[in-house]
Amino acid sequence: MYKKRVIKETIYFHLYISPWLLGFLIFTLWPIIQSLYISLTDWEMQLNKYPKFIGISNYRNLLFNDELFWISLKNTIYYAFGSVPLGLILALILALLLNQKLRGITIFRTIFYLPSVISGVAVALLWVWIFNPNFGIVNVILAKLGLPTPGWFGDPEWAMPALIIMSFWGVGGSMLIFLAGLQGIPTEFYEAAEIDGANLWSKFRHITLPMLSPTILFNLVMGIIGSFQVFTNVYIMTSGGPGTATLVYVLYLFQNAFLYFKMGYASAMAWILFVIILILTLLVIKSSAFWVYYETEVKK
Amino acid sequence: MKKKIIKIIIGYLLLIPFAILFLIPFLWSISTALKPLDQVFLFPPKWIPDPVMWDNFIIGWRSVPFGRFFLNTTIITVLAVLGTVLSSSIVAYGFARLESFDKNILFIILLSTMMLPGQVTMIPIYILFKNLGWLNTFFPLIIPSWFGGGAFNIFLFRQFFLTIPKEFDDAAKVDGAGYFDIFWEIILPLSKPVLITITIFSFIYHWNDFLNPLIYLNKMEKFTIAVGLRYFQNAYQATYINLMMAVSLIALAPVLVIFLLAQRFFIKGIVLSGLKG
Repeated sequence: MYKKRVIKETIYFHLYISPWLLGFLIFTLWPIIQSLYISLTDWEMQLNKYPKFIGISNYRNLLFNDELFWISLKNTIYYAFGSVPLGLILALILALLLNQKLRGITIFRTIFYLPSVISGVAVALLWVWIFNPNFGIVNVILAKLGLPTPGWFGDPEWAMPALIIMSFWGVGGSMLIFLAGLQGIPTEFYEAAEIDGANLWSKFRHITLPMLSPTILFNLVMGIIGSFQVFTNVYIMTSGGPGTATLVYVLYLFQNAFLYFKMGYASAMAWILFVIILILTLLVIKSSAFWVYYETEVKK
Repeated sequence: MKKKIIKIIIGYLLLIPFAILFLIPFLWSISTALKPLDQVFLFPPKWIPDPVMWDNFIIGWRSVPFGRFFLNTTIITVLAVLGTVLSSSIVAYGFARLESFDKNILFIILLSTMMLPGQVTMIPIYILFKNLGWLNTFFPLIIPSWFGGGAFNIFLFRQFFLTIPKEFDDAAKVDGAGYFDIFWEIILPLSKPVLITITIFSFIYHWNDFLNPLIYLNKMEKFTIAVGLRYFQNAYQATYINLMMAVSLIALAPVLVIFLLAQRFFIKGIVLSGLKG
């Protein structure tokens, strides 16, 4: 009797998760195996019908013979290092400002959060116009302040900074997660510190930052993963130019796959991207032992 | 008391400049969208257009088949969101409430798929849909959502379901309810915050999605808004910036409206589901 119930529940469990299980097999596991194989083949889909096995040649060519691969990787790292740390600092500042008891604070929260949900082509088009070298609002303001007015997307030096600046408009997501983290810090901690005569900075340094460090870790990892996969903005705003100044990794991968239809080569790029993201994530998580502080440690 | 007032003033003094910075892009695009073309290229620019060109929205809308694109995007988004919400919640129910010998290992597999960048599976999935003859159809943009609706959504639903007391299930069982009754009549109605959160995020994702429509749709009558805007950009951007801004704003409107209507619920949803997992 007991056994029959267990068997029944096991069957029902698999029935209920079957949409995901099937999806996993069809859209994840099988594609992973195929992708690994395709990455070891020469397959220009427009020319030959079937992939031709060539071993690790794609990987070797990428790493040793393809200048654009390295340029795209370098550009992506530039983008990630520019947008992630500064973006996190901005998100934290905004979250701290929102964590005050002020009338109308939800209006400010909406204003800061809104841009992060409306990503996509329309937003990219908007920012092309904002950064227009002659009539865009950024250069209008810079000119008014008597500052130099760069060519932004027309200038290889300034195209990437423009993309990075634009990314700051979308920090609302991390900001909201920081805000949730801040609201989870017990107020008694601050009250106790105030009794000890702590000032604003030392409260931030010794209570807020350590208590928030798991949230920082989460946002950092998500930020790195996201920034390595940046695509739509670059595709719409610069197409990788001027020259190769903003040719980022996923854009180059996309070009190989869907412009030149070099499926083997693009698949190899995808696997290298996976390894890079994996290593970076593991490094960050490993390093977190030194700077992330978990509440449970105190309670012991 | 005086100290408190100073604190409030400083609070606003810090918030307002940031708010202005975050609003400028919106204001700039609205201002541009309402200008006659000769006022777009003025230096220094005028913020308030004169005359106000409401017609820009109509002209922009009619210049390419945006009505068609809107309809396409709506069909894709509605069906994909429906698939995401239904399938991810039902899978999450399995993980939250049912027992099986292989549950833990399957859950670990589910979580680890979140680590995999989409680019790895993108090409084989493209080839699969191509072989099925589904290029230039909406199927590649809808069907995958019905198979679990994404690991992260399953995870969010599961986390929320776990907070619902199991006594509710037991009481229903005594009354003769089956697993599906419990899921449909008890668990889902109690999960409104996470339901709304996932619906909205999924809506925004599919509405804004650019890469997938770009890959799978290349006939104009199949375009979504995102791809249609790209088409418009290539055709008109150099000159008709005002129309460009007008159609961009039209494309953003549904997301803005839904966000503003539902933000109270789903900001709570984010905070609740938060990072506790």
